[in-house]
Amino acid sequence: MKKIGVVRFLGTNCDQDIFDAVAATEGLQAEWLWYEDKFEAGDLDGVVIPGGFSYGDYLRCGALASKVPVMDSVEELAGLGKAVLGICNGFQVLCERGLLPGVLMRNESLKFIDDWSVLKAEKTESPWSLEGELTMPIAHGEGRYFVPADTLESMKKNGQIWLTYSDNPNGSVDDIAGVLNAGKNVAGLMPHPERAVNSWMGGTDGRKLLERFL
Amino acid sequence: MKYGVKVMPKKDVLDSQGRATELILSKAGFELTQCKVGKFIEIETTSSSTDLKKMAEYVLFNPLVEEIFISEIK
Repeated sequence: MKKIGVVRFLGTNCDQDIFDAVAATEGLQAEWLWYEDKFEAGDLDGVVIPGGFSYGDYLRCGALASKVPVMDSVEELAGLGKAVLGICNGFQVLCERGLLPGVLMRNESLKFIDDWSVLKAEKTESPWSLEGELTMPIAHGEGRYFVPADTLESMKKNGQIWLTYSDNPNGSVDDIAGVLNAGKNVAGLMPHPERAVNSWMGGTDGRKLLERFL
Repeated sequence: MKYGVKVMPKKDVLDSQGRATELILSKAGFELTQCKVGKFIEIETTSSSTDLKKMAEYVLFNPLVEEIFISEIK
């Protein structure tokens, strides 16, 4: 059984959904991680940072959450090469912490978009590698991924572009929906896999993503 | 002592809030060539060694897409 920690910040609200989705995945066990507490990086096999509105998106999305004690342990765990997944606000937190390159900005349309999105799995040659097309819900106002041109080039060369939108909803550079770090163990995406794990939700492609933890 | 930290979007990054505001102002008949929307943070401290630059770099702005201007408020 692999033990996956699920982080909770003040303002996180997609935590229960991802906790349940992880717990329902065969071979995975979920454990809560409270933002104020550090944990033993050696005790867990991976960490998920859920979506939501940590610190009310105050100052910048994910900026304040990126500084709390639990993130010191997440950084340590990432340094050990273990799997870290950031979903939506979690992606924003990882970027603010510097565990992923780039930044998420206000959607180009300035509208909060809540819709299904079709994603293309790009070639990454990593444990997070997926195939074909995946359909998952998006729900965000600040999902426009940005990274300077030179960093984008090196990310492309290194296979760090993980998922792209078939129909870019927010103006993100190169239609990027999800990326990996240089070490390919930390992943972040704006769409919500935990909202596509049961057929009654409208799709089960999210399961393919969570299975990558195994 | 009171300090002000002005946080503005970098020139070469899309400032969607600034653009939207500019559009509304233009439509209302105001003459302007650009509008940029940032934020202003005030820090009050009794310590003379408070390093505003370090504070700003720690969390007040994201250097990828923002730039800052620190001033003392008298």
